[in-house]
Amino acid sequence: MRKSSMVLTVFLALALAGCGYNTFQRNDELIKSSWSEVLNQYQRRADLIPNLVNTVKGFAAQEKEVLLGVTNARAKVGSMQATPELVNSPEAFAKFQAAQGELSGALSRLLVVSENYPQLKSDANFRDLQAQLEGTENRITVARNRYIKAVQEYNVTVRTFPSNLTAMIFGYKTKPNFTVENEKEVSKPPKVDFAPPQTK
Amino acid sequence: MGAQGVALRTARVSLLAITLFWAVVAGAQVPVPPMGARVTDLTATLTGEQKSALEQTLRSFEARKGSQVAVLIVPSTAPETIEQYALRVAEQWKPGRKNVDDGALLVVAKNDRTLRIEVGYGLEGALTDAASKRIISEIIVPRFRQGDFYGGIAAGVDRILRVIDGEPLPKPGEKSPGHPQEIMSILPVMMILALVVGGVLHTVLGRFPGALVTGGVVSVIAWMLAGAISVALVAGLIAFLFTLLGGTGGRGLGGGGFRGGGFGGSGGSGGGGFGGGFIGGGGGFGGGGASGRW
Repeated sequence: MRKSSMVLTVFLALALAGCGYNTFQRNDELIKSSWSEVLNQYQRRADLIPNLVNTVKGFAAQEKEVLLGVTNARAKVGSMQATPELVNSPEAFAKFQAAQGELSGALSRLLVVSENYPQLKSDANFRDLQAQLEGTENRITVARNRYIKAVQEYNVTVRTFPSNLTAMIFGYKTKPNFTVENEKEVSKPPKVDFAPPQTK
Repeated sequence: MGAQGVALRTARVSLLAITLFWAVVAGAQVPVPPMGARVTDLTATLTGEQKSALEQTLRSFEARKGSQVAVLIVPSTAPETIEQYALRVAEQWKPGRKNVDDGALLVVAKNDRTLRIEVGYGLEGALTDAASKRIISEIIVPRFRQGDFYGGIAAGVDRILRVIDGEPLPKPGEKSPGHPQEIMSILPVMMILALVVGGVLHTVLGRFPGALVTGGVVSVIAWMLAGAISVALVAGLIAFLFTLLGGTGGRGLGGGGFRGGGFGGSGGSGGGGFGGGFIGGGGGFGGGGASGRW
């Protein structure tokens, strides 16, 4: 009796390992950790923004609209519950992504505007903040790429045989991945206008 | 006949198009050069002397501080950005010690006129994005603009090393916090050793003295390898019990040769090479650092 139960245990362990159960667990953890890294870097960016907005305000207070855009987008991102469980809900994931994309757009507008203020551009504090922002954007890109790879591996396991049977039994579903935020804009050919600028 | 010729030509043209397409796709990325030195120059910008001077600086810094810093000069990173390329190089070379992640990489794309300092996780606190940016825009770029590549790189590397020097890092000889794994990797070797030595001593000295000596030998070796007394005592005890309770004498395992093999395997866990070649220690990177143009 004891012997047969032991044999059964060993058999079950082997069967689970063979069906990719362990792979699911490993990949799931990998996704979780890489998602945490993504959130971590987004948070880092959000933390930089108040300082950045204040610095720009000191030199270019008249750019109210742009500054307000950044502040609002930052507030929207801050109000979202960015939990690790977000990856299991495609809608929440898409919303989160849209909010972060909006913040990216607002920030790049701010940086474009700041080009018009030579004093701001040469301010040491602003330059440091800009370097930090650039570094953080790069970290976000890296973290997102690693997350994309982790999810890809997981989704392939979910959909390929024989591990798809394991996925079916345990109810594992494919996880949402990042897409290009402005897919429509990117696929549109850029418009180049060679006409001389109109005099005002 | 004519139709056939046209068909053939069409086929040939489309084949060419496909080949070209794949060549473009496959050759899209500039390959990461194999890592053989701390200073890799694919553009022949630096003279041999300049290279070895930089190499010497970096090597002695690693010996003193433990951090691995590498320099790479390529003609271009197109179509990738320098950020993407630098990260790929860092992921492949893995400069810096494992779990300390104290590596840094200076990549210069000469024809693109871009450069980047890629910073490992462990150095992000000292060599911050802002600090890296300052090194680039205040130290390296002005020299590059005058065409002084060696001066820019040497001064930049010098400043990078000084910044890293201010950071408290584990000393080069110290074991990084990767202990449990190392113990696990030693254990099988210890077991085999205990088996072989124990078998021999068991027959030569008898059951109890043989087990005692085996336990002692194993614990001393474990102490040398792992550097922790607790590990050594546990290993010794296991070896002692193993030999004491083990079968009587008749083990037909090959003696010394087995032991030598076991040691060769565990001896390879040392950090980056200090000799001619340069091997990354396994440092992790997450995209920290800064880029610049000149």
